Amino acid sequence: MSKQELRLAGSGGQGVILATVVLAEAALLSGKYTAQSQAYGPEARGGSCKAETLISDSPIGFTKVQNPTFLMVLTQRSFDHYGPETDENCLILMDSSLSVPEGTKADRIVSLPILETAKNVVGRIQTANIVAVGCINELLHITDDASMEKAVMMHIPKGTEKLNVKALEEGRKLVKSYLKEKKA
Amino acid sequence: MGNVVLMQGNEACVEGALAAGMRLYAGYPITPSTEIAEISSLRLPQEGGKFIQMEDEIASIACAIGASVAGVKAMTATSGPGFSLKQENLGYAALAEIPLVVVDVQRMGPSTGMPTFPSQGDMMMARWGTHGDHPVIALCPSSVKETYDLSIRAFNLSEKFRTPVLLMMDELVGHLREGMELPNPEEIEIVDRPTVKYPDPKRLPYHMKAGQLVPQMAPFGKGQRYNITGLIHDESGFPTNSTEEARKMMERLMHKISDNYDYIKDLCVENMDDADIAIFCYGGTARAAKSAMDEAREKGLKVGIFRPRTIWPFPENELAGASRKLKKIVVAEHNFGQMLLEVQRVVKNNCQVSFVGKWNGGVITPSEILAKIEEA
Repeated sequence: MSKQELRLAGSGGQGVILATVVLAEAALLSGKYTAQSQAYGPEARGGSCKAETLISDSPIGFTKVQNPTFLMVLTQRSFDHYGPETDENCLILMDSSLSVPEGTKADRIVSLPILETAKNVVGRIQTANIVAVGCINELLHITDDASMEKAVMMHIPKGTEKLNVKALEEGRKLVKSYLKEKKA
Repeated sequence: MGNVVLMQGNEACVEGALAAGMRLYAGYPITPSTEIAEISSLRLPQEGGKFIQMEDEIASIACAIGASVAGVKAMTATSGPGFSLKQENLGYAALAEIPLVVVDVQRMGPSTGMPTFPSQGDMMMARWGTHGDHPVIALCPSSVKETYDLSIRAFNLSEKFRTPVLLMMDELVGHLREGMELPNPEEIEIVDRPTVKYPDPKRLPYHMKAGQLVPQMAPFGKGQRYNITGLIHDESGFPTNSTEEARKMMERLMHKISDNYDYIKDLCVENMDDADIAIFCYGGTARAAKSAMDEAREKGLKVGIFRPRTIWPFPENELAGASRKLKKIVVAEHNFGQMLLEVQRVVKNNCQVSFVGKWNGGVITPSEILAKIEEA
């Protein structure tokens, strides 16, 4: 792994920016170079939102994703936009409420109920981004579980620690059972 | 790596300013500079300073000027439309010789344009935005760490020369988060304005000894009452219509910057020793340029980077000298070609000058720069 280019996309308010900040923090904690940025419109909620984290063993020049090695999508609109931009080598994580748009070339597409898990298992839809972070670390192994939990704690509001630890754990579980099923 | 923290460019701007001694921030929030105001409002009270949100950008810079007159290091930050509004008072601070740091996190314009998208469209406004001849110091960081360092340097230069200094950021750097090693506070060089030790009511406030270019400053409220004005004034601080006094003052204002060029300049060059093609870039665009250079070098092309961190005053002699050894300079910037004009003016026919620009809110990519490098 020399350089990972992670792109997360969804709707403003879903917390995809914060998710990329947590991933960048986790990368930094594991001694990697990282660059995190985002693109969104002037609206505070509901607009398209794309956020990116680069993770590398060496210093980072260009700070934006050029060819994503990983894409996560939480809305159909973002999947329709960014799905077809990926190549075969990109790993896609999609919310299971979405459908794969035409022209998506990625070989590996993992479909998981991220939004539903946040809402019904963790108990708060707002934790979807941390459920996603749990999924992503289990898929990409950015850092160990303890460091990832530390990274999450550094960026969440006080009083939501227990909720977010649960969200992280439920995210991990989703991927673990997905991989188990796939093996079987 | 030592004490490395994940930090956003705008946050690094505030932390650098605090390290330099900023104790007042006055501003009016505007994307993509808003975090500078937000973080200042949180951090300044912790450091014994004051944060004031003013009613608009004009009042913000006026407030910062007032604080500086009273002896407090002050900053204001904004973006395109707000930078337009600050221009008149920038000229005031230049003529009245008030130390001040003004940050512009550039976004797509003109007008409200595209608030959340990057641009470098204010570079000529930085130089010529306020009316009348005036000296300008403007700095451009290309990483979070550089934002921290140049934020400190902006304060140091403004204090040393009693002049407003512009920190010309862009959305790419302002909203970028990356790891940054926090320096040991004892290792940071801090410059304070030349200050009158024992304020004397009879002292002429703009009096200088022969050969001096920067007058000592007496902070308001510390024993010396004097007049500060945006009118051309003599050493008493009161307005004058003497053409001789006006000539002397204007020439001194220009010379205090131009005579100290070697101190003010800050040029980063990479791989220029054997280069026959150079990428001229500054600010956030430098990151794409770096990747383009690395790719070009892998292909065996002799490409270097010529990157002024002090963009105003423009590194004329350095660029002219470099251009004589080059076949081509590729200018990359997020506008229709602003610093391109300076490059063309200085390079003349020494070598070919080509241009990669972007003005749609998008980001210049390494491959776009590489394509220009490979173009015959």
